[in-house]
Amino acid sequence: MESIGVLMMCPMNSYLENELQKRYNLHRFWTCPEKSVFLETHRNSIRAIVGNASAGADAKLIDDLPKLEIISSFSVLTEDVADLAIGLILALLRRLCECDRYVRSGKWKYGDFKLTTKFSGKSVGIIGLGRIGAAIAKRAQGFNCPINYYSRTEKPDVGYKYYPTVVELAQNSDILVVACALTDETRHIVNREVMDALGAKGVLINIGRGPHVDEKEMVKALTEGRLGGAGLDVFEQEPHVPEELFGLENVVLVPHVASATVETRTAMADLVLGNLEAHFAGKPLLTQVV
Amino acid sequence: MAESPLVLVQRPPTFDFMDELLSRNFPVLTTHHTSSAPLLVFLSRHASSVRAVVSIGRFKIDADFLSHLPSLRLIVCTSVGTDHVDLPECKRRGIAVTNAGEAYSEDVADYAVGLLISFLRRIPAADRYVKSGQWAKCGEFKLGIKLSGKRVGILGLGSIGSLIAKRLEPFGCIISYNSTCQKQSIPYLYYPDVVSLAANNDVIILCCALNDQTRHIVNREVMESLGRNGIIINVGRGGLIDEKEMVKCLVDGVIGGAGLDAFEKEPGVPVELFGLDNVVLSPHSAVATPGSLDNVVQLALANLKAFFSNQPLISPVRLN
Repeated sequence: MESIGVLMMCPMNSYLENELQKRYNLHRFWTCPEKSVFLETHRNSIRAIVGNASAGADAKLIDDLPKLEIISSFSVLTEDVADLAIGLILALLRRLCECDRYVRSGKWKYGDFKLTTKFSGKSVGIIGLGRIGAAIAKRAQGFNCPINYYSRTEKPDVGYKYYPTVVELAQNSDILVVACALTDETRHIVNREVMDALGAKGVLINIGRGPHVDEKEMVKALTEGRLGGAGLDVFEQEPHVPEELFGLENVVLVPHVASATVETRTAMADLVLGNLEAHFAGKPLLTQVV
Repeated sequence: MAESPLVLVQRPPTFDFMDELLSRNFPVLTTHHTSSAPLLVFLSRHASSVRAVVSIGRFKIDADFLSHLPSLRLIVCTSVGTDHVDLPECKRRGIAVTNAGEAYSEDVADYAVGLLISFLRRIPAADRYVKSGQWAKCGEFKLGIKLSGKRVGILGLGSIGSLIAKRLEPFGCIISYNSTCQKQSIPYLYYPDVVSLAANNDVIILCCALNDQTRHIVNREVMESLGRNGIIINVGRGGLIDEKEMVKCLVDGVIGGAGLDAFEKEPGVPVELFGLDNVVLSPHSAVATPGSLDNVVQLALANLKAFFSNQPLISPVRLN
């Protein structure tokens, strides 16, 4: 079989890379010193792109590759992201990171740690009730949390309370979770007004994308005590995180790990491989988006 | 004091959250003494009329203590655990004992789940990684472990254990248990002993009472049965685990890791644990929310009121 050209946008998983190498004619975009020269030479042989959230295929690249048939994204699995959202809520409200630090530092000998905030029964407001938002809701219900949500259109049969604006959602929730896709409309969907509505007793959990939240405003809201706390997996300029957050004990920061489990990475890679294989064999795709 | 005290409050100096409410309702005598001799002298002098003791903290209530309170008929504990009380001696003397009942159950269940997710997804270590500036310098953090699909064995399916199970089910965990009560109505798989519970699960969560039968119930054999990827979450008492063996098992990789809220000699914690990255440590904080404290205060008051008006106690502990 004539070798199919696959362009991989960045290093994302060595298992995936090895498998792509075995099955196709793999081009590693990040190793090309002169990208325009590379594209000139190979533009007619590349039939697939494998990208991820940080290195995708933009319009120009798509235009430059006339034989491009399929773009497969190495993207997250729902459960791990939803699990992390609840994990961040618990770690934040119950100060689990601080507790762990407290014991390791030997401070427990001198006194008990302080009281923390109960999670069970708190109202959870979810921005975006897609797969991930719905999975978060299902988990939070196990803790007797009333569920509120915002989405572009109300979903009639879910049994959760709908709010037509994010500000109203924030006003009526103790915990606000960002779980929508990043689009032009949702950039900075959590802005100053939303954070003020969430308030000094409210907490923000972001397992979406950094640009969902106006990060500069958030840092101010946290350092000024206008926002009760935050659990963040994503930031506007990863891996750079505003240093003002480093000393805050009402902030839990993790380095974009929502999909960072061994099992998920393998499954994500298999999904990419499965989709490519299906496509080139003329079979239905496993997870078709467009 | 004007009236003879009816209620003795035995508590550490800083645990004064019940003082006001109790003294509004009863003539109260308070003591902080922890060592025997001064305490017993104090009791002899002042406590002959005391009919109820409110015990805050884990001060040992033994035969000696009881023998200095001739009018005592009720001990109200603010903990769920009553391993610090000589229950057979109470029974002998006709003294009833109440505990914290379900006052803490939700918070402890939440905490157990929090410890488990924090362990699997390395949240405390990840938080340290970012806050120390290492993410920008050193790149991607270590991968975590998926929670969904994990087999979780609960040791002790009482109030706390049931709430833990309810919380973990939506995460796709497969729940099984070992408990003194096996009920037909419980939808989870039952294992007849701890070794088989450990052998058939990825995680065991300890939330049973500490007593003579359960001391060191998690021993070397159980840990070897749990295996190199197995995880222990302890929101019960430190004494449930053979701590020395556990430290060895953690250091040597006999088990995968642990999330621990209790230790055998609190606040002492084996220093070998401080440098391990396969443990999440916590200073016995599972109950420490204002809500739980409030619950236990209300419950203690309700038990005292019931006692003094000859009504049934709200959260009595079985004495045999």
